[in-house]
Parts: sequence; C-alpha cells; structure tokens
Amino acid sequence: MSTVPGSVAPLNGFAKAGFLTEFLRDTFALADIELRKLRRDPLELLTRAIQPALWLLVFGQVFGRLKAIPTGEMNYVTFMVPGILAQSVLFIAIFYGISVIWERDLGILQKLLVSPAPRTALVLGKALSAGVRGLSQAIVIYLLASLLRVRLRFGIEILGVLTFVVLGSAIFSTFSLAVACLVKTRERFMGIGQVLTMPFFFASNAIYPLAIMPGWLRTFAKLNPLSYQVDALRALMVQGGQTMFGLSFDFCILVLVLVGLVLVTAKLYPNVIR
Amino acid sequence: MLSADGGLTGYENLLLFARLYGIPRAKRRDRIIDALQFMGLGEAERTLVRNYSGGMIRRLEIAQSMLHRPSVLFLDEPTVGLDPVARHAVWQHLHELRTQFGTTILMTTHDMEEADELCEVIAIMHRGRAVAVGSPGSLKKQVGADADLDDVFIHYAGGAVDEGGGYVDSAWIRRTIKRLR
Repeated sequence: MSTVPGSVAPLNGFAKAGFLTEFLRDTFALADIELRKLRRDPLELLTRAIQPALWLLVFGQVFGRLKAIPTGEMNYVTFMVPGILAQSVLFIAIFYGISVIWERDLGILQKLLVSPAPRTALVLGKALSAGVRGLSQAIVIYLLASLLRVRLRFGIEILGVLTFVVLGSAIFSTFSLAVACLVKTRERFMGIGQVLTMPFFFASNAIYPLAIMPGWLRTFAKLNPLSYQVDALRALMVQGGQTMFGLSFDFCILVLVLVGLVLVTAKLYPNVIR
Repeated sequence: MLSADGGLTGYENLLLFARLYGIPRAKRRDRIIDALQFMGLGEAERTLVRNYSGGMIRRLEIAQSMLHRPSVLFLDEPTVGLDPVARHAVWQHLHELRTQFGTTILMTTHDMEEADELCEVIAIMHRGRAVAVGSPGSLKKQVGADADLDDVFIHYAGGAVDEGGGYVDSAWIRRTIKRLR
C-alpha cells in the first residue's frame, strides 16, 4: 500500500460521544443548514404575510360586526388573533414535507440516510428549522394585530408564545414529512396538503370556541393538536385571554405529540426513496 | 446522480456531513478546507453550489465522500455527462485519492476508457453476471492482440443490447446530464 506517512488507516476512528450528545449535534447540524438556506431567501416568508392579513382584515372585521360568535368579554378580532397565528404557522408547516421529496430527487436524502446520524435527528432537525420559519409569522401577526389595536401582552409571555409557535410548527411539519414519506410524489403531495389543512383549521378553536361546536366535532377538535396550541396562545398573547386546558397541560400534550410524530416519521423516512 | 445542495456554499455542503460523520469540531474546518483544496475547489469555498459547473459539483461530491477518510469508496458512473477536461480532472483526483490515502475504489461505468484509465481489476457484467474478471491488460490479451476494452466488452456482453437499467435509471441519468448543462 502506498499511503503517505501520517495518514494510515483507520483514519476515521473518532471518539464516540454518547447517543444524546450525537443526537443533539446532528439535530442542530440539520437545523443549522436549513436556516442558512432560509437566511439567503428571506423574501419567501414575507409573501406568507398576505393570507393572515386577509383573515384578520376581512373575515375578522365582518364577523366581528355580526357578533354571532360568543367570545365573552373579548371582541372577536382579539379572539381570533391567536387562532390566525396558529393557522398561518399550520399552513406553512403542512407543505414543508415537500422538501423531503425534493431532496430525494436531488440525491441529498440518500446521502443523509447512509450517514451515521440517527433518523430521529434527521426528522427533528427539519422540524426545528420549520419551527423557526413559524417565528416569522409571529412577527407578522404581532404587527397586524397592533395595527388593529388589539390589546396584546408584551411581557415575558412573548417567550411562551414563541415556544408554542415553534412546537406547533414542528408538529405539523413533522406530520407533513410523514405524509410525504407515504405519498412520495410532489403531485400527490400537493393534492393531499390542500385536503389536510382545512380539517385541522376548522376542527379547532382557532376562529370559534369549542363550546359552540356540535358534540362530534368537539371530539375531533380535542384530538387536534392545533386546539391545544391555540388554547395556549390565546392565554399568552392577548389581554384577557384565558386557557381552557391549562398551559402546562397544553405544553405536555404538544411535546408528547411531537415525540410520537418524530418517532413514527423516522421509521417512515427511508420509505421515500423506495 | 448529483447530490449537492445548490442553496448552500461548497463549504456548507461539506460542513453538514463533517458534523454528521462526527468529525470533532477542532478538526472540522481544516478537514473541509483540505478536502476542497485537494479537489481543486479551494477558491469556490464560499460560492453557492448552484453556480458551480458540473465538473465542480462532481469534485465536491468526491470531496464530501472523503471527509471522514473511508477506506472504501463506492462510485456510480463518476464522470457521466462531464466534458473531457472535467473528466480528466476527476480521474486525476481519483488517482491521487488512491495514492495519498490508500482508498479502495469500487466503481461502475459504461465508459471503457475510464475503466482502462482507473481500474486495476475489471468485471464485465452481462445480464446480472460477472462474465469476465481480470486486469485491463489480461482481458485485452484474451480477446486479441490489438484489442481495446471496447472490443473486450463487446466480446463478452455483445450481441444483444443491454436490457439493464429501465425507466427509472434512464430518467436519473437524463436528469443528471440536464443539471450538468
């Protein structure tokens, strides 16, 4: 063998760190890379501000006048602000899975799958970067709501809002990745993405309280993670907002859902290249 | 198939895999710079890969695959779709990879000139079987006095057109070639 001195095998015998350290390192590596891409193309996120603006400025104003929806002391626009934040985060996250189909077509996914990184880290890394995308929506909604003179909370609660935005965003983007792993083609994915957003949005407490729903729909709404996200956001974001389930309950439910989804999606991940 | 991320720089493409392969933080930057320079991409370190030429992307991929200094490297048609200059550059780097790091390279190719240039041992596949195995020299001798590897291939796999591949493989190769242009 003609090796240069100092470069004899085994060259890659690096000390193994513990699983958790490696898991966190790989998750961070994936999220970091996604954010670097995002930083080069921030305009994409601004275009996402249009839809929530329409909901708040058109739908909210009209329904606020009707006074058809019992929102207690709160006026209707104030009631729906946290719901619209959750909704616009959901709409971005639910199409995030298509990125895995792109990466499959580019051959990047195959390379990631043969690397020693745990699959759960591949999934969670993507989910967290989607979470950061969601944060941009928080900025948009805070601006819009201020323009509408909604009385927002600006204290320490903002940190809570950011936490729940990242959590919700991570949940729905992971769900989206799982769907992408099952349908495998862009065309089918776009069709299904459209179908999925509506039930998540309407079977939740985003734009009306659970109390006015018929029983069967309320059951669905209580199985819908979006309801818990909105519940927490409503308490944290607007003055006079209250939680139905309690913040720590909301938090635990969302974390459990995220963990479950990451585990399932990590199992499904190799599916997309078959 | 190309597999570098166009939205990232050459450096960032390698950084991701350096992290995932557990190269310690202290060594990461040096390893990446070394690999880029070794593949002649030192100056393109901060350029987005979407602005690379096809040959540069190929070399970047090879740089990525050698970051953690594997003892075996598998290459699938490493120069398909490249122009002669880029092709020779890739060949030269593969030679250096072998002499400098003692990497064993297992590759597939339809290009007999490439096989002749790079390989010590060649197996000619026909209908899923290795129908001839040997060094380029010995294979040529078996077929005829002044035969080249094309003659060898035709001798062993000849007659029928190869039915391998199929729709998906052809689509991959087409897409790869399209991206290289």
